[in-house]
Amino acid sequence: MTDVPLLDLSGLTKAYPGVVANDNVSLQIAPGEVHALLGENGAGKSTLVKMIYGLVKPDAGKMQMFAAPFAPAEPRAARAAGVGMVFQHFSLFDALTVAENIALGMENAPKLNALSQQIRDVSDTYGLPLSPDRVVGDLSAGERQRVEIIRCLLQDPKLLIMDEPTSVLTPQEVEILFKTLRKLSAEGTAILYISHKLEEIRSLCDSATILRLGKVVGHCIPRDTSARDMAEMMVGKMLQTPTRAGKEPGEVVLSLNKLSAKSPNAFGMPLREISVDVRAGEVLGIGGVAGNGQDELLAALSGEMLSAPGMVAFRGVDVGKLGPTPRRALGILSAPEERLGHAAAPDMSLTENAMLTAAVREKLESRGLLNWARAGRFAEKIIETFDVRTPGPSNAARSLSGGNLQKFVIGREVLQRPDLLVVNQPTWGVDASAAAAIRQALLDLAEGGTALVVISQDLDELMEISDRFAALNEGRLSQPRPAGGLSVEEIGLMMGGAHGMEVAHV
Amino acid sequence: MDLSAINPILFVAGFLVAATPLIFAAIGELVVEKSGTLNLGVEGMMITGAICGFATAVETGSPLLGFAAAAVGGALLSLLFAFLTQITLANQVASGLALTLFGLGLSALLGQSYVGIKPPRLNDINFGPLSDIPVIGPILFTHDIILYLGIALVAATWAVLKFTRAGLILRAVGESHDAAHALGYKVVRIRTLAIMFGGACAGIGGAYISLIRVPQWTEGMTAGVGWIALALVVFASWKPWRLLLGAYLFGGITQLQLNLQGAGVAIPVEYLAMSPYVITIIVLVILSRDKSAAPACLGRTFHASS
Repeated sequence: MTDVPLLDLSGLTKAYPGVVANDNVSLQIAPGEVHALLGENGAGKSTLVKMIYGLVKPDAGKMQMFAAPFAPAEPRAARAAGVGMVFQHFSLFDALTVAENIALGMENAPKLNALSQQIRDVSDTYGLPLSPDRVVGDLSAGERQRVEIIRCLLQDPKLLIMDEPTSVLTPQEVEILFKTLRKLSAEGTAILYISHKLEEIRSLCDSATILRLGKVVGHCIPRDTSARDMAEMMVGKMLQTPTRAGKEPGEVVLSLNKLSAKSPNAFGMPLREISVDVRAGEVLGIGGVAGNGQDELLAALSGEMLSAPGMVAFRGVDVGKLGPTPRRALGILSAPEERLGHAAAPDMSLTENAMLTAAVREKLESRGLLNWARAGRFAEKIIETFDVRTPGPSNAARSLSGGNLQKFVIGREVLQRPDLLVVNQPTWGVDASAAAAIRQALLDLAEGGTALVVISQDLDELMEISDRFAALNEGRLSQPRPAGGLSVEEIGLMMGGAHGMEVAHV
Repeated sequence: MDLSAINPILFVAGFLVAATPLIFAAIGELVVEKSGTLNLGVEGMMITGAICGFATAVETGSPLLGFAAAAVGGALLSLLFAFLTQITLANQVASGLALTLFGLGLSALLGQSYVGIKPPRLNDINFGPLSDIPVIGPILFTHDIILYLGIALVAATWAVLKFTRAGLILRAVGESHDAAHALGYKVVRIRTLAIMFGGACAGIGGAYISLIRVPQWTEGMTAGVGWIALALVVFASWKPWRLLLGAYLFGGITQLQLNLQGAGVAIPVEYLAMSPYVITIIVLVILSRDKSAAPACLGRTFHASS
């Protein structure tokens, strides 16, 4: 490492109406350093990297690159200065090919033929196989990420920003990504790595800056700090680990028999011959890389997607042809992944959102008339029981923070005393303490004899709460296995291994 | 009834002319929709172009200046749509419908003193001996420059969308405005330019009706061609060459039904008059069964949140 830092941020401040996203943030990154940026959702990590990438202008403070002033007015300028960014969401075009996508992210892109050759060369060098002519909409999540990484690498970046890069990868794919990143770091490229997966950071990063509520609350050397200490710096308080008393599972509640169904979505994944039984009081954890049939499985169980006779049975009764409302009446409840727009209607109040799924089971309607008083009381009960931070049930769902809304939509289903509850990504984007509360609520529900299907991409979460674990891969479900004692290797293989990735070989 | 009264050569030459307004309006709208914006105001921009072109041609005596004025008029009107949908983030469907109603009213107002006047004629291009070739000559080489410009525009649009970086950026904005914004492309500026291009094309298409095809000014003379153009873009699956085919199909059947009416076929005139609309739509529906061709952000309002 040299004495002059590659990037030197001092006193950066950015305020949005009502919230200070970054307050006097300073940090330094040396060439070749892998620097972790840690923090809970809403801690200001995204705002900080958007300022470095020229998407957001800071209100105060200055940035320097190699001791020269650095103030990119737009991403183009940041890219020209040698900053590359691999986004978490929103930066690929589904209907365009790999080469076209990469050309869009480059200044002075060469002709497509020449570019395709460059893509092949770089993907070969770094062990990220990718065919330039494929349409991005058909790629797996891991392959999409390769597109983004190669797009950055083609421009010889000095600094590579990676925003939550491993949330969509299998453990084997993560290992290969890390080899690629270590190789880049050895070649002198600095990496700013955003994540909240602490073990990954401990194995990859040289140093870490921790943000809480927009302020830097500490720096540490991840290798010498325990994951628990880092988590507590992020959250600012002690963490509770969910607990449950073991209990023998009861009768079979849900029985899937060779469930196959086409995806309603053009770029979705069909379900292929899924067979599994879930018993009362049991938690079945379903892992897998995003886009391998998770949304479709939830839709098939909730009744949004109907299936052929004999495929979905609830307590021995075929429910494949029933829609969501009759299934809810029977006791099959669900909470989908996307909070705003799928689990909750963003512009409707919490009372109205409570009414939407609980009308049948909580008797909030009679003879077609809605009982708003009861719905209001039910919403109050959810807010109280699940510690949802909001001024009251008349507030719009959109006004809640992600974690609070997630507590609300999970609480809404839990309080309806389901016999079978299906949840997808119950703690996605939720801070650590709220996540622990949600997991505890799910475990308490299982304790009371409910059968649970928990779909998640967070393997630690699944290992923590599942009795049995299975993985979705290309719309197929692996054989469920007892969760206790499964190794990371075994889980990775269940998730489909490395999807043809290979280790960097130059 | 006397079908021998239909001269096949004049018939084909006629349908090339009948299809031209539709080609202009539709190729403009195709570019707008590729950028992710749905402008339902094509009819309004066409009729505005028709009167702007007509009035300018009459006042200056130059049909070509008329076409230039039509393009400017259509583009100016489309700026209103761009302002509503891109700056004030108004609903695109409602703004487009309003634009059509506004354009129809505005053109009627502007055109009050031009009813019953004959505009100056735009001469056909002189191809010399080429136009003397039997059959092919009279069909292909006896037209005005605007008609050839329309075909060239389809080819150019296809080539730009497929082979150039500008076309790639336009398609990218229509596919995912969030991703395009994250990469630093100016979504609103690109869409505004596309909307103005669409307005200019629609204006020229309208002027082609008032200056060449009909040639006179009457209120509401575009008679729904703008709506057919909108349908044509969708049913052509946003593909320029297929759009050209659809336009010729529509022009052909329009011309055919006029000839059949002239020949005194024993079918009520109303059926004949509706046939081009019905047949064009049926054929294009059958052609467009590959569904996923629509730009993914079509009609969605873009708001830069970061």
